[in-house]
Amino acid sequence: MSNGKIDKIIDKYQGDAGSLIQVLLEIQSENRWLPKEALDKVSKKLKVPLNRIQHIVTFYKAFSLLPKGRHEIHICTGTACHVRGAPRLLDSVQDLIGIRPGETDLDLKFSLETVNCVGCCALGPVMVVDGEYHGKMAPAKSEEVLKSYD
Amino acid sequence: MPRINSPAELEAFRKDIISKRDRNKPCIAVCTGTGCLALGAANVVTALKKEIKKQRLGTKVDLRETGCPGFCERGPLLVIYPEEICYLQVQPGDAEEIISQTIVAKKVIDRLLYVVPSTKSDEKIVRESEIPFYKNQLRNLIGNNIKLDPKSIDDYLAVGGYAALAKALCQETPEHVVDLVKSSKLRGRGGAGFPAGMKWEFARKSPNKTKYVIVNADEGDPGAFMDRALLEGNPHSVLEGLTIGAYAIGAHEGYIYVRQEYPLAVENAGIAIKQAEKYGFLGENILGSGFDFTITMHQGAGAFVCGEETALLSSLEGKPGEPRPRPPYPAVKGLWGKPTNINNVETWANIPLIINNGADFLTSIGTEGSKGTKIFSLVGKVNNTGLVEVPMGITLRDIIYKVGGGIPEGKKFKAVQTGGPSGGCIPEEHLDIKVDFDELAKVGAIMGSGGMIVMDEDTCMVDVAKYFLDFLSDESCGKCSPCREGIRQMLKILTNISEGRGREGDIELLEELSEATGDASLCALGRTAPNPVLSTIRYFRDEYEAHIKEKRCPAYVCKELISYYIDPDKCKACMICLRKCPAEAIIGGKNKIHVIDQGKCTKCGTCFEVCPDRFGAVTRLSGEPVPPSIPEEKRIIAKKSKKK
Amino acid sequence: MSEILLQIDGREVKAKKGMTILEAAQSAGIFIPTLCHHEQLEPYGACRICTVEAELGGRTNLVAACIYPVEPNLVVRTRSEKVDKTRKILLEQFLAHAPDAPALQDLAQEYGADKDRFEKESSFCILCGLCVRYCAEVKKKNAVGFVERGARREISFVPEIASKECWNCKECFPLCPTSYLQAAYHLTEALAFPSPSFESASGE
Repeated sequence: MSNGKIDKIIDKYQGDAGSLIQVLLEIQSENRWLPKEALDKVSKKLKVPLNRIQHIVTFYKAFSLLPKGRHEIHICTGTACHVRGAPRLLDSVQDLIGIRPGETDLDLKFSLETVNCVGCCALGPVMVVDGEYHGKMAPAKSEEVLKSYD
Repeated sequence: MPRINSPAELEAFRKDIISKRDRNKPCIAVCTGTGCLALGAANVVTALKKEIKKQRLGTKVDLRETGCPGFCERGPLLVIYPEEICYLQVQPGDAEEIISQTIVAKKVIDRLLYVVPSTKSDEKIVRESEIPFYKNQLRNLIGNNIKLDPKSIDDYLAVGGYAALAKALCQETPEHVVDLVKSSKLRGRGGAGFPAGMKWEFARKSPNKTKYVIVNADEGDPGAFMDRALLEGNPHSVLEGLTIGAYAIGAHEGYIYVRQEYPLAVENAGIAIKQAEKYGFLGENILGSGFDFTITMHQGAGAFVCGEETALLSSLEGKPGEPRPRPPYPAVKGLWGKPTNINNVETWANIPLIINNGADFLTSIGTEGSKGTKIFSLVGKVNNTGLVEVPMGITLRDIIYKVGGGIPEGKKFKAVQTGGPSGGCIPEEHLDIKVDFDELAKVGAIMGSGGMIVMDEDTCMVDVAKYFLDFLSDESCGKCSPCREGIRQMLKILTNISEGRGREGDIELLEELSEATGDASLCALGRTAPNPVLSTIRYFRDEYEAHIKEKRCPAYVCKELISYYIDPDKCKACMICLRKCPAEAIIGGKNKIHVIDQGKCTKCGTCFEVCPDRFGAVTRLSGEPVPPSIPEEKRIIAKKSKKK
Repeated sequence: MSEILLQIDGREVKAKKGMTILEAAQSAGIFIPTLCHHEQLEPYGACRICTVEAELGGRTNLVAACIYPVEPNLVVRTRSEKVDKTRKILLEQFLAHAPDAPALQDLAQEYGADKDRFEKESSFCILCGLCVRYCAEVKKKNAVGFVERGARREISFVPEIASKECWNCKECFPLCPTSYLQAAYHLTEALAFPSPSFESASGE
């Protein structure tokens, strides 16, 4: 991600130190991960010490310090989904793609994450791929859904 | 669109909008909340639009993409006005029939209607308000969701929106607004249930020119999605409440802190703010009152603890979400050290109702200690999952059975978990308690933000306690040791218990750890973390003891304590389970009785599910050894010869 | 009048508005144990060893003395069955991390804490935060900070800053109650410092 783009995002928030998390969220959203250079730049421009940035990007789950795959899979592990069998869905997706939550596969195709509730509790278990929600997802159906992504 | 500069202009504009809307013109309102979208509502909308165009009915029928009305189990759903015909589980393929049959020919499509579950008749219900799920609710807050497009401020105005704002800003003093909220006895809907009016008064009385008001939309309790539906489906109601609150307290800047896991809520609230600014409901000299107010959106970044109000403040200040010690309370020293009032989405949504209808509107509903309605997210093992808005004081039984339709598949009710990770599990013996803040606390649970997760006989309560501790050990900020270390040790013990390594004294140790964590933690996350453990021990101690003493999981959930076994007397060697087993752990063949290789079995439960009901050969065992497999020679099923 | 009268362990104590219970107790010569507290640093309230009973208007709560502000008529008890029970189990949880830490031994004896109550944890750090706060508030270098959250929280040096500042400073080293800090520093130096270090990573 070009430095120019990062500058634009920071300037949008008028260099306000309180907007640190919003800035990082936008960079994460555009770039799909937060490279060290981006963090250094944010630290300088917003005058925030690096140790605080270090804490923030590891404290909040939305941030990733590693490149993500082309397709991000989020499996909801909220209580309602848990009671309706989310652990089995997670197991079967893990077996299918060969990675665990927090990991990305070797050809950078899929990244897997668990998420603590997306608010579709009536439709558990829920799997979100690239922002597209799939409700009432039985483990057997997951293969079909994931195969449709290339 | 010129700015609206006075209450009179607002009413004139509203009249104009309403006059341009023909109440008899057919309107198809399709829910496009996140839930229905997950079930394919977008395709339904596209199909309907195509069909309307094809039949050249563009000017004769409106299509409205609305907010979530809460009947999520039966989505995608739509309501056709003016008749209020409600169709459930609509598919794109139904579009043609809906347009030609219902819109044009005025005929109702039976198969899309709600069927009353009973053995005698197949009674079908046409009108939305008569469906038992809706009929037994009191939908003061969420009732408007199906009637408006959240991206349209005119829709909100058409149902009476912003009249409360005009009344508060131009007819009432700030002190009187605070009094009104106090008289309504509204208690915060975020979980703590603190009287909102009192909180407002503290902030109002704090001497400082700069004050803030904040909407806490960091709805983190897994299983709860009321705020998502409100903010996504009717954002203006929240903005209106917030602006009135800002006026009452003397704040000129407001924030909406919303989870980034709710992208549609983020989008719709953002659009609503821009529209409100355009119309003059936000900005300078709102409606000619002289009051200035702006709202900024802030997204969370994936931390449950930021729902705690002081952690939310830290996050707003660009810091990690670590809670702050109280006192001082935010009303005195909050955001950037200034007096701040933070309330939950649902609390803010109640404000316009109170201003428009008076304090009695709330006090006439509910119990002595808890007034008004509450939206619950009724999920888990219940037939009608979704959002239900009911008056405080309704019994748990009525919510689960009357509104929720009871437990599916004829299973037995076991417990209902309320209040999320800070709450407790309530067993059958308490189903007749009246749901309100104090009654729930008496039985060891809390109201929380409104999550209500129903559990049946297939739920293991030790697993539930472990689940919540696992959640909290990840979501705790980690700063204070009673929370971080206490949860760490409790989770270890529960993991050991669920994996067959439980020991005598574990329950007592859990109780001891719970005491220290509950008493000495810095914030409510830590102080309430022991609740799921304590309430499950209180009501389901026998399950804990079975796990510890007999290494048995009565609900057949804890993998290390269960085994799957094929009864050789019942197995007909149909090969279904053999083929479906993901671990290839079943040995057998056609006419050869199947046997599970326990070494390979991953306890996924697939064989148990797929074995045909008429055979029922797969059983689950727990707390007992798996019988040895019958010798191979005996596994051949002799074919019955037809001729002698 | 900015003078506040409260009661600590049955004694009347005069305090000034804005003081914490800990400061008031110290001014009256009453001892309350602490671990994460330091004279030069802002009160932190993380270890909770200073937990005391505070009663006002008939309601008693457990509060952290180092951060709770004094109030008129507050009745404080620095020792009681509840307070002692809480401190004992907190110490046992710390001892699971650092069973031989000198700072914990006297306290452990006083409260009867058993260092083998809980299984040993992999990290010596008890997350008192003294190092992080000292570097931020006194040295203003921010060479070390926290990362992660919940049970995964730990301290972490910022290699670019630590490589420039720490060798000649190390003022935080004596503050660490368990010596984990020193180990973490040397590990970072060995693995993550951006430029080659000519001094060996042993001893100082």
